[in-house]
Amino acid sequence: MPANEQVKRVLLQGNEAIVAGALAAGCRFYAGYPITPASEISELLSVKLPEIGGTFIQMEDEIASMGAVIGASLAGTKSLTATSGPGFSLIQENLGYACVAEVPCVIVNVMRGGPSTGLPTSPSQGDVQMARWGTHGDHPIIVLAVSSVADCFSVTVKAFNLSEKYRVPVIILSDEVVAHTREAVALPESEQIRVIDRISPDVPPEWYKPYADNNRGVPDMASFGDGYRHHVTGLIHDEHGYPTQNPQEVEKFYKRIHGKISKGFQDIQVTKTYLMEDAEICVIAYGSVARSALKAVRLAREQGVKAGLVQLVTLFPFPRKSVDTYLRQCRVAIVPEMNMGQMSREISRVNQANCRIVKHNRVDGHLISPEEILKRIVKA
Amino acid sequence: MLERAEIIRQEYLRHDKKFPHVWCPGCGNGIVMGALLRGVHTLALSKDEVVLASGIGCSGRMPTYIDFNTIHTTHGRALTFSTGIKLAKPELTVITVMGDGDATAIGGNHFIHAARRNLDITAIIINNSTYGMTGGQYSPTTPYGSVSTTSIYGHVEHAFSIAELAVTAGASFVARGTVYHATHLEEIIQQAIKKKGFSVVEVISNCHVQHGRRNKLGGAVEMINSYNENAVTVTKAAKMSEEELVGKFTIGVLADIEKPISTEQYQRVITEARKNAVKTAEEKEKTKVKRYE
Repeated sequence: MPANEQVKRVLLQGNEAIVAGALAAGCRFYAGYPITPASEISELLSVKLPEIGGTFIQMEDEIASMGAVIGASLAGTKSLTATSGPGFSLIQENLGYACVAEVPCVIVNVMRGGPSTGLPTSPSQGDVQMARWGTHGDHPIIVLAVSSVADCFSVTVKAFNLSEKYRVPVIILSDEVVAHTREAVALPESEQIRVIDRISPDVPPEWYKPYADNNRGVPDMASFGDGYRHHVTGLIHDEHGYPTQNPQEVEKFYKRIHGKISKGFQDIQVTKTYLMEDAEICVIAYGSVARSALKAVRLAREQGVKAGLVQLVTLFPFPRKSVDTYLRQCRVAIVPEMNMGQMSREISRVNQANCRIVKHNRVDGHLISPEEILKRIVKA
Repeated sequence: MLERAEIIRQEYLRHDKKFPHVWCPGCGNGIVMGALLRGVHTLALSKDEVVLASGIGCSGRMPTYIDFNTIHTTHGRALTFSTGIKLAKPELTVITVMGDGDATAIGGNHFIHAARRNLDITAIIINNSTYGMTGGQYSPTTPYGSVSTTSIYGHVEHAFSIAELAVTAGASFVARGTVYHATHLEEIIQQAIKKKGFSVVEVISNCHVQHGRRNKLGGAVEMINSYNENAVTVTKAAKMSEEELVGKFTIGVLADIEKPISTEQYQRVITEARKNAVKTAEEKEKTKVKRYE
């Protein structure tokens, strides 16, 4: 009997683990539109959700999926949608609505090669900056990346928790490799999983201000039908939720919705490190590339090179504090990515320690191999 | 009537912040809002259980003024938000108000799919034949030959008939009214809300500022009066010849059919899925026992 007898091991695909994570986090509504390589999430949830009294719906497009997800969340149900690049483009419109109206929801983007129809369905990390800046206007958002099947479960739970806690949409970036890899994973029992729910108002309806500031910058959230009868809009609004153009109220609004993410920064930023204690060269990676990077780092250690891995789980808000620490520690940082260099730009931006940043970009639709990264490490 | 108007004003309008409204003097939107509120009042629905959703445009501002659960969504997408709300809380009465451009141009796909899907949602579409808020560009219902700010030589495309489109797309209940026939409008809105399934009320309304002025249709009074002259009830129209119907449009109930409502059908899915899940779990348990034996 293993030491932790409450852990059950199951063979799961990345997409299936996202479903398991979502259900464990309390997701009870899903709206989506078929797209490879994300469709398994839809298919599985169409079976699983009704079994527990939840709702699945296939909408006419991804714009509609995102609208339905926001509607369901406003009615008090934790909601999810999943898509890939072309659908992620369509989601951007209503994603902005979720940011401005502060509607908790989770969006999974199983990345494939783009732009446009692109390279279906080879893996890619081309949507990283889009996940941060895809919808128009200055908006707060949280972006997390998964690199393994186990991650798919735990990061999805984390995504729902952050979304509920900060009333902000959370994007999970997966990629085709993670989505379709099958691994044995140990899923925790439901009582071991920490689930965070949005805070409902406890004041009488006439006192309720749906967008009032508090010390967290996250207003309590009433659901439609709970007796609060509040107004929700995509217009910039005052603390009552009504549209405003008053410069003071407008500025206060922007500062609060950005401020709530800054206030929670330590809680939101997640990085994992491997063999970093004495590392002189670090590889900074995320998604499926982080797996190759880990192998590369281990192979480098066998050759006596002091290499380590910094795996980014939170991509945005960019975990500048922890990355900065490692940039100060190492003389070289290698940033392998399946794009033309979207995160290396962020890393260069926060690099104040004169650490040499080495980009390694692959855009031929194939996964970056450990050997490629190892070569870079050895050369560095 | 006056007494009812006072109840509407006190009971249903939000007084804390949002008046005066954004609509131009003489706009038909206020008549639609009045008919809707009187309809809800007559049906004795609790304000807590009504959700009013809107898209973008002049009509999109309506929910701001009314003391329901209200949501002003993105352009053309109101029905998608309503779909999520209705599915998450089927006990709520969900009413969606849209404009003609909102519902049938940018939101055209959502509109026909909502009708096909047949959730228990009411859609009120205020058709003023133009994009009023953005300055009078041509919309999917701008008549052929009309002048707009984007068709100064006369519009070269043809207009949608929204109610007929809804019938073809499969809505359970479809009616058309006008802002002239305010009492009739109230009645068909009531019928639409009461009807289980996707219900559509198209309201012919005036935008004398953007559409009427450019096409020499007169002011608000002349435009609204013209609806009296040109509207023919569905029953009367059935007896009229094609020549007699030139320049006319029908009002009344165009469709009232019974078909399974997906909100209710999904409850059946849940019941079956639950039963199935229990059965699978039991079978798993049985095979486990066998292995140990």
